[in-house]
Amino acid sequence: MPILSAPSHPLSNDEVSRIRNDFPLLSSEMNGRPLIYLDSGATSQNPVSVLEAEQEYYEQRNAAVHRGAHTLAVEATDAYEAARTTVASFIGASPEEIVFTSNATEALNLVAYSLSNASLGLGGADARPYALGPGDSIVVTEMEHHANLIPWQELAARTGASLRFIPVDDDGALRLEEAASVIDGSTRLLAFTHASNVLGTINPVEELVSLARGVGALTVLDACQSVPHLPVDVAALDVDFMAFSGHKMLGPTGIGALYGKSKHLHAMPPFLTGGSMITTVTMERAEYLPPPARFEAGTQRISQAVALGSAVNYLVETGMDRIEEWERLLGERLVVGLEQIDGVRVLGPRAGQPRIGLAAFDVDGVHSHDVGQFLDSRGIAVRVGHHCAQPLHRRLGLTASTRASTYLYNTTDEVDAFLAAVADVRSFFGASA
Amino acid sequence: MSSDLESLYQDIILDHAKRRVGQGPLEPSSDASSVAASSATGESHQLNPICGDEITLRVWLAESRIERVVWQGAGCAISMASASVLTELVSGGTRDEMMEQLDRFRELMRSRGTIVPDEEILGDAAAFAGVSRFPARVKCAMLAWVALEEAVLAANS
Ligand SMILES: Cc1ncc(COP(=O)(O)O)c(C=O)c1O
Repeated sequence: MPILSAPSHPLSNDEVSRIRNDFPLLSSEMNGRPLIYLDSGATSQNPVSVLEAEQEYYEQRNAAVHRGAHTLAVEATDAYEAARTTVASFIGASPEEIVFTSNATEALNLVAYSLSNASLGLGGADARPYALGPGDSIVVTEMEHHANLIPWQELAARTGASLRFIPVDDDGALRLEEAASVIDGSTRLLAFTHASNVLGTINPVEELVSLARGVGALTVLDACQSVPHLPVDVAALDVDFMAFSGHKMLGPTGIGALYGKSKHLHAMPPFLTGGSMITTVTMERAEYLPPPARFEAGTQRISQAVALGSAVNYLVETGMDRIEEWERLLGERLVVGLEQIDGVRVLGPRAGQPRIGLAAFDVDGVHSHDVGQFLDSRGIAVRVGHHCAQPLHRRLGLTASTRASTYLYNTTDEVDAFLAAVADVRSFFGASA
Repeated sequence: MSSDLESLYQDIILDHAKRRVGQGPLEPSSDASSVAASSATGESHQLNPICGDEITLRVWLAESRIERVVWQGAGCAISMASASVLTELVSGGTRDEMMEQLDRFRELMRSRGTIVPDEEILGDAAAFAGVSRFPARVKCAMLAWVALEEAVLAANS
């Protein structure tokens, strides 16, 4: 495979316009207006190369992987494993540390259920250090997506461990001074998000990992909103587990990944069981393959993995540094513009403070559903509701908000059109003074 | 496009979303003077988990007549206006009339814009006809009606 490299100059509107040509859906119309897609935080659009990679797989290589002697099966297996290698190198991991899952939610559940199984005594002596029980604690943060909260609530319920959280302040920032007391000798696991899907904040991974490490706790990073948008080197972050979803990074739905440090994946018992993850099976018991195969039971999402590999190549060729910088510019433009609109309250960091390219906000006197409907009539797609983060919204005194989230294919003109539309919302609904 | 938006957010709807007829305290004994001592009361809480819209509605019935409707809620303009319009429409009517209105409203909401509403029966609720062309918003318009139906059944049981 050729070594891909990206240009070094920053992204510009001109280059973004060329990038947009690669994304068929972006040139469509919505409600008679050119589509302005500002919901990539929920799911991103796909470049033609990704769509073609999936189709080409089905046209030329489709077979069951790791299960056949025929040439097609070998080619399918090669394509699947090449995708694993591509994804691994994208985040600075080795291929054995990447388990393909259907999405980040499944990746997080995989860790939770494997620990749960270890807590039942499965997995033998190797797995014993991963057992949780009464007296142990699991720590999350108050800003988590439900996907990185409920699996830990359930794990706590199954094992008798307690669940604690690091609170956020009125601006949504993690109260790190409290983290040091929430994380204590009882803490066995700390799960937190890298970048918040609501606030846009980037959490201090190093500080949190060092607190966890100090008490011997495992760390789980929800990288759904970071891996697609900024360069992530998991080895440098030094977390034990990391989860992300392919559909948020130009890939198809149905594919995501769990990164796990090799020593953990080798010691932990499986979550889903069945074919393709075993060595010897008798009527009474089974021996399991080493990771990552141990955690990939049954026929896998081969075409989706191949397409995800293609998506990663697209990102690498564009340059993650450049994408991060471009989205920082779009994010700043969003916040500066929103803060200037009467009756609009931006959640999370103020203008001038670091954030990824998204902004959630409340419009005084207008429910987010109505805001979203109004924007939709102008061809602008945003997310409305609680964005799978009810506790965070409750903490901020809201039940719902509206969120605009950008990606490498959004232009500053689109952000400006969005801001102009938001400025008209309150008068349409008769909410302005 | 924006004519669509205006067909969804009729002036009547935007007006009711602000006036919120019937929004008030829910204590069963509140304002007892206006309610006959013999009346039965029922309450229902409805939540739309997708958007977090919420309503708690209480109804007082006396001899099959709807004496009073009171509700508390939080949500979008469509759901709040629907609660307000419904309160005005059904208060003072009979239980049977209300059930007929509910059936007609539900039918209208499921029509995807194919039914011309009967204003004789639906009154201001006919203004919600445009909502039926936005399937994602039908639940918003139905929320208070579902609460009313459940509250009436609870009052009768
Ligand atoms: C921060 C965060 N975590 C987890 C998820 C869950 O991702 P998925 O639904 O693809 O599993 C999302 C996206 O919805 C997210 O934004």
